[in-house]
Amino acid sequence: MAAPKPRVKVPKKASKGEVVTLKTLISHPMESGQRKDKQGNPIPRKIINKFTCEYNGQVVFSCDMDPAVSANPYLEFTAKVEDSGTFKFTWVDDDGSAYTTEKKLAVE
Amino acid sequence: AAAFITFGGQLAHAAAAETEEAIKAFSGGAMPESGKISLEAPEIAENGNTVPVSVSVDSPMTADNYVESVLILAEGNPSPAVATFHFTAMSGEAAAKTRIRLAKTQNVIAVAKMSDGTTFMDKKEVKVTIGGCGG
Amino acid sequence: GGWSKLMAQQGLSEDTLLSMEPKGNLTLVHITDIHAQLKPLYFREPSINLGIGDVNGLPPHVTGADFLKLYDIEPGSPDAYALTSEDFVSLAKTYGRMGGMDRVATIIKRIRSERGADNCLLLDGGDTWQGSYTANKTLGEDMITVMNSLEPDAMTGHWEFTYGTDRVQEVIDALPFAFLGSNIYDNEWDEPAFEAWKMFERGGSKIAVIGQAFPYTPIANPRWMIPGWSFGIREEDIAKHVEEARAEGAEVVVLLSHNGFDVDRKLASRVDGIDVVLTGHTHDALPEPVIVNGTLVIASGSNGKFVSRVDLDVKDGKVAGYGYRLIPVFSDVITPDADMAALIDEVRAPFADELSRKIGTTESLLYRRGNFNGTFDDLICQALLEERDAQISLSPGFRWGTSLLPGQDITVEDLHNACAMTYPAAYRSQMSGQTIKDILEDVGDNLFNKDPYYQQGGDMVRVGGMGYTIDPNKEIGERISGMTLLATGEAIDPAKDYTVAGWASVNEDTEGPAIWDVVENHLSKHPTVKLPDNQSVKVVG
Ligand SMILES: [Mn+2]
Ligand SMILES: [Mn+2]
Repeated sequence: MAAPKPRVKVPKKASKGEVVTLKTLISHPMESGQRKDKQGNPIPRKIINKFTCEYNGQVVFSCDMDPAVSANPYLEFTAKVEDSGTFKFTWVDDDGSAYTTEKKLAVE
Repeated sequence: AAAFITFGGQLAHAAAAETEEAIKAFSGGAMPESGKISLEAPEIAENGNTVPVSVSVDSPMTADNYVESVLILAEGNPSPAVATFHFTAMSGEAAAKTRIRLAKTQNVIAVAKMSDGTTFMDKKEVKVTIGGCGG
Repeated sequence: GGWSKLMAQQGLSEDTLLSMEPKGNLTLVHITDIHAQLKPLYFREPSINLGIGDVNGLPPHVTGADFLKLYDIEPGSPDAYALTSEDFVSLAKTYGRMGGMDRVATIIKRIRSERGADNCLLLDGGDTWQGSYTANKTLGEDMITVMNSLEPDAMTGHWEFTYGTDRVQEVIDALPFAFLGSNIYDNEWDEPAFEAWKMFERGGSKIAVIGQAFPYTPIANPRWMIPGWSFGIREEDIAKHVEEARAEGAEVVVLLSHNGFDVDRKLASRVDGIDVVLTGHTHDALPEPVIVNGTLVIASGSNGKFVSRVDLDVKDGKVAGYGYRLIPVFSDVITPDADMAALIDEVRAPFADELSRKIGTTESLLYRRGNFNGTFDDLICQALLEERDAQISLSPGFRWGTSLLPGQDITVEDLHNACAMTYPAAYRSQMSGQTIKDILEDVGDNLFNKDPYYQQGGDMVRVGGMGYTIDPNKEIGERISGMTLLATGEAIDPAKDYTVAGWASVNEDTEGPAIWDVVENHLSKHPTVKLPDNQSVKVVG
């Protein structure tokens, strides 16, 4: 499996107190653990089970995921921003790996 | 011929009892009321492997009155659990979207838990079909 | 014969067909579901068009004598011929072919000259670029050329998308008018992929036109051809656009829709503020608007048989009155527009010999439209059974496809009018009896679901080699019974495998010869088609 690649859409600017929409995607097969390979052996489960979005160190939104979330999990949610800062997005894999990306936002 | 859903294999669908159990575990025992939460999903899935679902809950989202979390369930999947969204006062709104796997035609259920512990529920039937034909 | 034809047509003149008491300051001209029919044709309207649940017995679910009675149309009259299947063969001989884009051009030019071009909007409901040999060969270019010369103001689409993302994008980028699709989103970031609506100024008024493409395009047609686009009904988006348009000063809001009639009827009942829905996809032709929640729902037929003219009287920022005419395009009565006739000849010229090549003759009326097997599909199913050596054949219940009268030659053009498309492979595979039942149940539910938002339009999949009973009012899984293999009379066994041939599969990896080659090969062995009425589907309930 290629290394999961996170991608996010965050506005560059917002006004104070604005509720902005954030969109996130990460390339990942979300192997459900319920499929079998060609020889009939079960393919072990391996999914992103947790996503967290923080802004300046405070949690804005998080999500627990089960195998019924589609491959390349997509999450869209909102954040109310009072000051300029940095969003940190973290995806946690079943094997414990964490994938992160950050985006800056200027509040005017 | 049917499109393939990546769950694959021989599946028993989640019993209604298992779905109800998951709802009660989330709500703390009570069956949620209707209202406040609205679940949107397509009437017919274009692709059962990736069905967009979105929820929004009517809430001021202030420090002492907000939506804690929203549970998404799919009652016709091998296991009803799909995802749980956790909101904070910093979310601004209690609204989120994701894309889910539906093994067949079924109800998708969303349950919101408010900061005062009350729970609200909405559901929508999403059809998973083989397609073809047309006008 | 010629004499009775002349007598019957004496009551018909271009003036009586096209004149209309004008109303107000604004005219909407609507044409939809042309399915690339450039030339006059025969098209038999359905004799069965079931309405399920609340819409049972309501237009457009009224056919034949009941339709004539409902709209007070005299049997045997030109309108009876144009709008129903009653006495079709004999009336077709009397009144002749209908449609032809050169005749349509005459009508549009006359409306524009009578009403003033600045007071008119020409709106195309889609299913325009597909459905003929020449459209398939040119990837819709013949229709695009012809439609561009008519200068429409906007269009939306459905079968257009079966040319694939690249072709559709290329064409739309070059279109001299708007291609509107409020309900088309990109799959990756869930953002609008098309212009949703457009404001026009005509007749001194501001008119917002919202476009709605066929919501189930990636389900009814191959999703793999347009992998980046998602559709759906998205009623809340339409409501949002109505609000935006009103906020920007729209005095008239029009929904140019390819939803299908029952979906639009439900949508109009739930979304306030739409003045006119110009509906398409289900190919219904109604001589009067159906009024729902103050909205006029206009159904303009298909195949170029009709042009709708909607006059609107806009006063004090809103619609105060309307006039409506569903203009039947009698090709023998309406003078072809000379420029358009020349343009049509030009786009068809490279294919003229092949188009007119005779491949058979029919002794029976060949038609498709109707909820269950039409005779043209019986011909296709028969060809699939024999040429693909199958026990059972399946043919999609498309609502396009022209009719042929007893005694007519079958040409390459006629055959392609029934099957021209971009995924024509005729597959052959093994299916269990249970799988075959599941397919019939699934398609049945997409047609006969009680909730119109779960309906996809189209008609029931056609079946060869097998009979069955259907109760359309039941739920999914319970509609189909009595599946019988016609060759032996034995009941279909859910556990047993059968050889099934079909075409128009939405799956990417489908293999097999093109359906038109299958039918042509069949006709080369059986050049004279004679098809008795198909009795193998029983409708109950
Ligand atoms: Mn059509
Ligand atoms: Mn259509």
